[in-house]
Amino acid sequence: MSGTDADVIDALVGITPGSSLDAIRARRPEARAHAQATYQALFVPKDPGNVSASERFAVGAFVAGLHGATAVVAAYAARLASSSAPAALKEAVDTAVKKARTHGPYGSYTSGPLSREDTPGPVYRMEASTRRALGPRLAAAFEHAHMLVFHPRDAVPAALQALLDAGWTTTDIVTLSQIVAFLSFQIRVVTGLRTLAGRA
Amino acid sequence: MSDSILKTPEHTVPTAFTRAQLDWLPWLEPLAVDAMTPRHLASLVDAARVKSPYFRLLARDPDALEARTRTDKDIFYNPEGGLPRAERELAAAATSRFNGCLYCASVHARHAATYSKREDDVQRLLDAGVTADLGERWNAIVAASVALTATPSVFGPEHVERLRRAGLDDLAISDVLHAAAFFNWANRLMLSLGEPASV
Repeated sequence: MSGTDADVIDALVGITPGSSLDAIRARRPEARAHAQATYQALFVPKDPGNVSASERFAVGAFVAGLHGATAVVAAYAARLASSSAPAALKEAVDTAVKKARTHGPYGSYTSGPLSREDTPGPVYRMEASTRRALGPRLAAAFEHAHMLVFHPRDAVPAALQALLDAGWTTTDIVTLSQIVAFLSFQIRVVTGLRTLAGRA
Repeated sequence: MSDSILKTPEHTVPTAFTRAQLDWLPWLEPLAVDAMTPRHLASLVDAARVKSPYFRLLARDPDALEARTRTDKDIFYNPEGGLPRAERELAAAATSRFNGCLYCASVHARHAATYSKREDDVQRLLDAGVTADLGERWNAIVAASVALTATPSVFGPEHVERLRRAGLDDLAISDVLHAAAFFNWANRLMLSLGEPASV
C-alpha cells in the first residue's frame, strides 16, 4: 500500500483496470475518490497536528486486527512499520489485538423499552505490560477504539474524558474518532467488494 | 475551555427508535462560528451545515470532514443506476438499527419512508428490529446490511446470491454494501461524540 498514490480500496480488493469491479466503482466516482481522500486526510495528512503518523497507523493496525480483516491488517501493519515506530510498538499492537478481539455489536440502551435488547459484552482494559509498551496516549486510544468497534452504543462522555486525561485534545479526539469510524467503513467496503467479486 | 466535556442542557432522552425529528447534543465543543476559517467553512460542503453542532465539531479536522461528506453524498444521492434511493436509505436505517444509533436511524428511516412510501414497513424495522419481515427484497437488503455490520463481518456469497435473486444487479449490490459500510462510519461518530434528544 503506497502512502499517497494508489487507491487503497482498489489495492486491498485487488481491482484491476477494466475489471467489472473497476467499472462498478467508476459509476460512483466521487465516492471512490473521496474514500481515498479520507484515507489520505487521516493517515498521510497535510497538517498532522498533534497526532503522529505512528499513532495513526498503530490505531489503524489495531482496528483492522479487531475486524479480523487479514489483507487490511497487513497493509496497516506495513505502514506502521515504516512510520518509524519502534518494533516494540508493533508487538504491543499484535498483543492487544489478540486480547481484545470479540464479536459485536453489543451494548446497552438508555433504560426503557429497548433495554430488552441489551446485550452484554466485554469492556476492554489492557494489561499493564501492554499499557507500558503503548504509552498512556495510545493505551487510552485503543481502549476507546475497542468500544467504537464492538459496542458503540455504550459510548458515554466519561469515555471522552479518559482520552482528554491521557493528553488527547478535543481536535485530536475528532481525528481519532474519524480514524476508527472511517476504517469501519473502509474495511467493510473491502470485505463486501471482495465477496461480490467471488474472492472473499 | 475547549478541551473539556460539555454539560448537555436538560433534555429528554429518546428510549425507542422513531421516525420523529431528534436533536443531537455534542459532548465536545464544536468550533464557534466566528472562529471558523475559510477552510473550516469549506469543509462543511453545504453552507447551511454551519448551524449544526455535529458538523462544526467534525470541522476541527476539515480535510477528513470534507472527504467524508463527499463520499456520503455520492453513495446516497448519485442517481445513475444501481439501487433506488429508498433502498439505499433502507440499508442505512437497518445498519443504524442494528448498531443502536437512534439519531441516525431516525433520519434515514424518515428518508426510507419518504422515498418508498412504505411507512408501515419502515416503522416495523424500527419497532421489531432487523429480523422484521418486510418482504423478500427488503429482507435481503436488511440481512446483507446486518451481516456486513457485524464485527467481524459475516457477509458472504449467500448474501450476494440472495440479493441477485431479489433482482439487484452488481451495481445495486455495491450500493447496498456502500450504504451499510458508510453507516458503520456515521453511527460511530454520532454515538460517541454526543447524544440524541427528543424535541
